[in-house]
Amino acid sequence: MENIIELDNVTKRFGGITALNKASLKVTRGEVVGLIGDNGAGKSTLIKTLVGVYSPDDGDILIRGKKVNAWNALKARESGIETVFQDRALTPQQSIVKNIFMGKELRYPFGFIKEKEQIFEANRLIREIGFTSKLINAESPVGNLSGGERQGVAIARAIYNKAELIVLDEPTNNLSLNETQKVFDFVLNVKKSNRSVLFIGHNIYHVYDISDRFVILDRGEVVHQLNKNDISTPEELMKIMRDTIGAHL
Amino acid sequence: MSNNNSFLSNYFHRNGRALGSIGYFVLLMVIFLIGAPEAWIRPNLHQSVFVMMPTLIFLTIPLVFLVASGEIDLSFASTYAVAAYVFALLVKNGVDPAICLVLGIFTGAAIGALVGTLIVVFRLSSLVASLGVLFLLRGVILLLSNSRSITIMEVENHWIYPLLVGNFYGFPMQIFWAAIFVIFCYYFFNKHVFGIHIQHVGDNSVSAEQMGINVNAVKIKAFMFVGIGSAIGGIFTTMITYTFFPTQGFGYLLLALAAVFVGGTPYWGGLGTIIGAVFGVGIIAYMEIGIIAIGWSGEWRQFFNGLIILLALLGHRLHGERVR
Repeated sequence: MENIIELDNVTKRFGGITALNKASLKVTRGEVVGLIGDNGAGKSTLIKTLVGVYSPDDGDILIRGKKVNAWNALKARESGIETVFQDRALTPQQSIVKNIFMGKELRYPFGFIKEKEQIFEANRLIREIGFTSKLINAESPVGNLSGGERQGVAIARAIYNKAELIVLDEPTNNLSLNETQKVFDFVLNVKKSNRSVLFIGHNIYHVYDISDRFVILDRGEVVHQLNKNDISTPEELMKIMRDTIGAHL
Repeated sequence: MSNNNSFLSNYFHRNGRALGSIGYFVLLMVIFLIGAPEAWIRPNLHQSVFVMMPTLIFLTIPLVFLVASGEIDLSFASTYAVAAYVFALLVKNGVDPAICLVLGIFTGAAIGALVGTLIVVFRLSSLVASLGVLFLLRGVILLLSNSRSITIMEVENHWIYPLLVGNFYGFPMQIFWAAIFVIFCYYFFNKHVFGIHIQHVGDNSVSAEQMGINVNAVKIKAFMFVGIGSAIGGIFTTMITYTFFPTQGFGYLLLALAAVFVGGTPYWGGLGTIIGAVFGVGIIAYMEIGIIAIGWSGEWRQFFNGLIILLALLGHRLHGERVR
């Protein structure tokens, strides 16, 4: 299977603290990878490095087998990686449409924006995601939306850009059961279209349900990787996690 | 029905602040009209406003971009004079005024880029850092010019004079240039990637960065735009009065800032209104001139300027708090 992205011995330090220590990870086409670990394990640092928000201090990042230089968030998006960040990366005073197209606006020559086309597409996406309130349309400000609806906007952005890899950082936090189910449906749809997902979560049950493969992170290191076939219950995964965490020290 | 409501509420969200400052402008006109009808129908009063407005527009509108990006710049009032100095000095030394104009504007852009880079790279407070630059540049001008003004009567015979600041059937040409500038900026702010990115960056710079927007570059460009606007304002004024004088621009510092906020652009970033700012400029310009026109002494000017800023802030508060 083709590797969409590969981290090879990536290290990231903040001052004297090593947040990521020679972490290696790959995501192949069509698979859902669950990234798990305790608070402070380095999950957020890992994905922020992976999607170009942080630049690694050491190690390589490979996109479809090719090493990339000067990796940044724009390059990540241009390489087909979209991220639904934990904080959702929205600008609440701006409209839904502006948020969906943030950083990847549809443009005429000279940088003017195809506003009508953007609004049309945004309204289509809003219906696709299933916003319940009729009061909401593409030009409503994001600040008026509930947490679940905001997550919808962040996901709509990833859908529109037809990413090959979608990174979901704690996507089910603070969501209702119904909204969580919507996120799961979304992940399954992505997988069905032979694209990949990297799913980061606190909730082992959520991660277990959705993932094909698990990567356990502890204190900045990838300490264990296993396939879903290797285990049969989320409890088993939890036990493996408990056994591996701290054991490598 | 619900669609109508959402249309109205979205319309109000987008335009409420501009409408607010238009309302203030109309109210001010009515007060003046009632207070001094005979002064108000004399065309020369409006003519003096028209002379003042373009300069303020060139200063104020770029500030809307910068404030929307979450930063502020006070140094523009000195950049204004530096660009005017470069322009006047070169004209005096026999350089073609058209070239001097370009070089003057380039100077403004360069100063803006330097100020922006300083603030963004070293993560300085833009308020304090630009206050420093304001004094520093003013000092540089006073030293370089020996506190002497430069008269450039020769500029009148050059083709750029009638084109830029000449008289067109009773209207000063700079009105037209300011109008073109406003239209350009309206589209630049609302329909162009530059303006849209400024709004994202000012709203939440972390989100903007995560979405691949180069936050630092956007902010530096906004500072450059302020530098360009100040340079245009300074050079135009120098041409109109045929004189560069070393303290020029200082008087516009607080007026231009007042026009931004009276115009309905909130101080916290992410939002801004070009149309509102034009009316903000109108309010400030008419206050400056109108108070005298209705026969009150100039001492009242500052009092009313202060009052209108506070009233405008209170009025815009009705439009709501910052949403997060």
